[in-house]
Amino acid sequence: MSVEQHIKLPEGSIEKTTTTLNLGPTHPATHGVFQNILELDGERIVSAEQTVGYIHRAFEKLAERRPLYQITTLTDRLNYCSSPINNMGWHLTCEKLLGVKTPKRVDYLRVIIMELARISDHLICNSVVGVDSGAFTGFLYVMQYRELIYEIYEEVCGSRLTTNMGRIGGFERNFTNAAFEKLEKFMAEYPAVLREFENLFTRNRIFMERTIGAGPIAAERALNYGFTGPNLRAAGVDYDVRVHSPYSSYEDFQFEIPVGSTGDCYDRFLVRNGEMWQSLKIIEQAYRKVQEFKGAEAEIYHADAPSYYLPEKKDVYTKMEALIWHFKIVMGETEIPPGEVYQSVEGGNGEVGYYLISDGGRTPYRLHFRRPCFIYYQAYSELTKGSMLSDAIITMSSLNLIAGEMDA
Amino acid sequence: MARPVRFNVHPIKADIKDNISIVDMPEGYSGDGFFTTKLSNAVGLARKNSLWPMPFATSCCGIEFMATMASHYDLARFGAERLGFSPRQCDLLMVMGTIAKKMGPIVKQVYLQMAEPRWVMAVGACASSGGIFDTYSVLQGIDQVVPVDVYVPGCPPRPEAILDGFIRIQDLVGKESIRRRNSDEYKNLLQSYGIQ
Amino acid sequence: MSIKIYYRVTEFNSVMALTNETIKERLKAKFTDQVSNFEEPYGLLTFEVPKDLNLKVMQFLFDDEELRFKFLTDLCAVHYPGQEGREIAVVYHLHNLTDNIRLRFKVFTPIAQPDVFTATQLYSTANWMERETFDFYGVNFVGHPNLKRILNVDEMTYFPLRKEYPLEDQTRIDKDDAMFGRGPGGVVSPIDVKVGPSVAGQAGPLNTADHGGPTSQDTRAGQGGDEVKPQ
Repeated sequence: MSVEQHIKLPEGSIEKTTTTLNLGPTHPATHGVFQNILELDGERIVSAEQTVGYIHRAFEKLAERRPLYQITTLTDRLNYCSSPINNMGWHLTCEKLLGVKTPKRVDYLRVIIMELARISDHLICNSVVGVDSGAFTGFLYVMQYRELIYEIYEEVCGSRLTTNMGRIGGFERNFTNAAFEKLEKFMAEYPAVLREFENLFTRNRIFMERTIGAGPIAAERALNYGFTGPNLRAAGVDYDVRVHSPYSSYEDFQFEIPVGSTGDCYDRFLVRNGEMWQSLKIIEQAYRKVQEFKGAEAEIYHADAPSYYLPEKKDVYTKMEALIWHFKIVMGETEIPPGEVYQSVEGGNGEVGYYLISDGGRTPYRLHFRRPCFIYYQAYSELTKGSMLSDAIITMSSLNLIAGEMDA
Repeated sequence: MARPVRFNVHPIKADIKDNISIVDMPEGYSGDGFFTTKLSNAVGLARKNSLWPMPFATSCCGIEFMATMASHYDLARFGAERLGFSPRQCDLLMVMGTIAKKMGPIVKQVYLQMAEPRWVMAVGACASSGGIFDTYSVLQGIDQVVPVDVYVPGCPPRPEAILDGFIRIQDLVGKESIRRRNSDEYKNLLQSYGIQ
Repeated sequence: MSIKIYYRVTEFNSVMALTNETIKERLKAKFTDQVSNFEEPYGLLTFEVPKDLNLKVMQFLFDDEELRFKFLTDLCAVHYPGQEGREIAVVYHLHNLTDNIRLRFKVFTPIAQPDVFTATQLYSTANWMERETFDFYGVNFVGHPNLKRILNVDEMTYFPLRKEYPLEDQTRIDKDDAMFGRGPGGVVSPIDVKVGPSVAGQAGPLNTADHGGPTSQDTRAGQGGDEVKPQ
């Protein structure tokens, strides 16, 4: 759409008709550090130029130094709002490279954790969209349930946010009864909270007027820009890595893919809400499937891969073979086949890809992360061209830009 | 090997009747209708219970800070209800998250824009010392560019740890001498960072 | 909320499936022997293309009615210091969403003149991906609208992800490399040998690959041959 200039300057004037505004790295509305230099004509944005890299931590170079099991801590810090998904994606990549097959119970437990992480990521994004449009209450309501998700993570792996969860081949310990109790509490109480959150925003006139029509994108442009995840689904394309390239037994679950039409902020909000409902459905199905394992099968929490999965500590201290395996794994004397593998998972923001080239050594030769936030932030100037400054802010927060994932 | 469940799966109703704590009066001499104490005590008491923090949240520690601000852990009960985003209006700069070399000058700029008295809290391992990122692009601790008062270790620190750091800052604020900001020692400290 | 499906990509299973074999045949038919090194590691078709043809191959894969690779998933580079004349590989991952098939192709370029044609005209997503590749490896994408550093500071003079440069900032004073088992005089871990020119190639009892795992020096692609020093 053409942008009229409202200031008419005389011919040959050296003044600019547009104002330069630095929506700088530190700004209350930017969730994370990235910079936008906007050219404004009054309130309308004529052009936007993005600068990223303010939190570049050189993950890819760092990964060339670390053995495979130590890279999980790096993947946590990519999309730190949903770090278990990144962890599981990395373990799936390693399992693909090493040829480790995980048992069904491990897959279902992984699905439960990944869907909880997805809920926690979408909660942050949606509540922060609310905060940016002026409604702080939604944020406070849903953060309580994020705390419950954090407690479930703590029962499984000990940590709240940067979970470093699981190992190549499964989990480090079986889920305790406390973890399942908390999961049941979550499944019982959360739907009502989500419904209340929706009631606050979905048909709220102020929210709708702020977000409908803000930052729309057409499906072809979104595909060309490499959008994936809720942002692409809001534009109308139902591409979901869980359906297209199922991993971790996702093919055993029934769920829908919510899809929007115009790709504006309102659609992105609704798609994320819809995905949270679908995640709840998947968690219920997975929990029922996990309950069906009885007896000895209910004790399985990792694959049978002694070359890659660290043995139990009590075995290491008492049995010789376990001690030898422990030594070999930690010192890097196990067989890592050379090869290259690309594995992707559906993260909170889209397709998180891991491209791993191994040369047979203990550490990767090259590890590249395909980070969805980095890829779709390029489109920001196109999304905000011609819109008002406040729409630009809302677009930025509805895209769910996580600086850690953007800069890696 | 299940350990006992401690958190709110089976919540007990809290009893607040005997659990209200009241701040002690500073030491001083009181008489009929008057109370004298050192000016720094009174000023410190007022300041420490109404600090205005500026959250400089860059990465994962920022999300833990959001959890600290939310109602479960609630930073507001310590007086930090109003988070300012303009450094001119804030006392406490909380740097949460990794600071890359690209971001270093910006931290310094924000610090310079704050008015005295100002305190700095480095939350998280990355802000304290570079954390797990010993790389070419990460500043190994913000104390390379700004003087820091309290370091909160952790990756990320639990909200309780952030609150503990905040309480230590409150201790520092409460006990600070009125003349500290004009003293030679402080001036030398700023000189060593290249700040006039 | 009403859901209107605009683009149905999840019906791929019903259409006649496109296989790796078909793609290989079509590519060989169009480009004869210029596409080479066909492999299928872990089921993903991988091949090599000479660097002048990368745009032609991508355009063919994009426009063709049967192949329809309209999504660029990823673009990155890899540095192989040992291969003369082919040190930097630029790797493209493409995805056909309607038939759900992926492929990967590589373009090799010498490090002395790493010019590769840009893909930004075809895929807007390649814009930042190529900037990142330039920032890390110094690959010059010919025709890119804005080839500047994106993640590192603008003043950086070298390309950090190349194998000859170390990971740590060598000017830091608060951490002692000797305590981490790195640096001259300390125990050299075989892992580090592939990153530092100052260490690789030094003679000495500790600089051997006999201690530690199967990380022997000869499995590394060409370490110990570079003369380039970090700036």
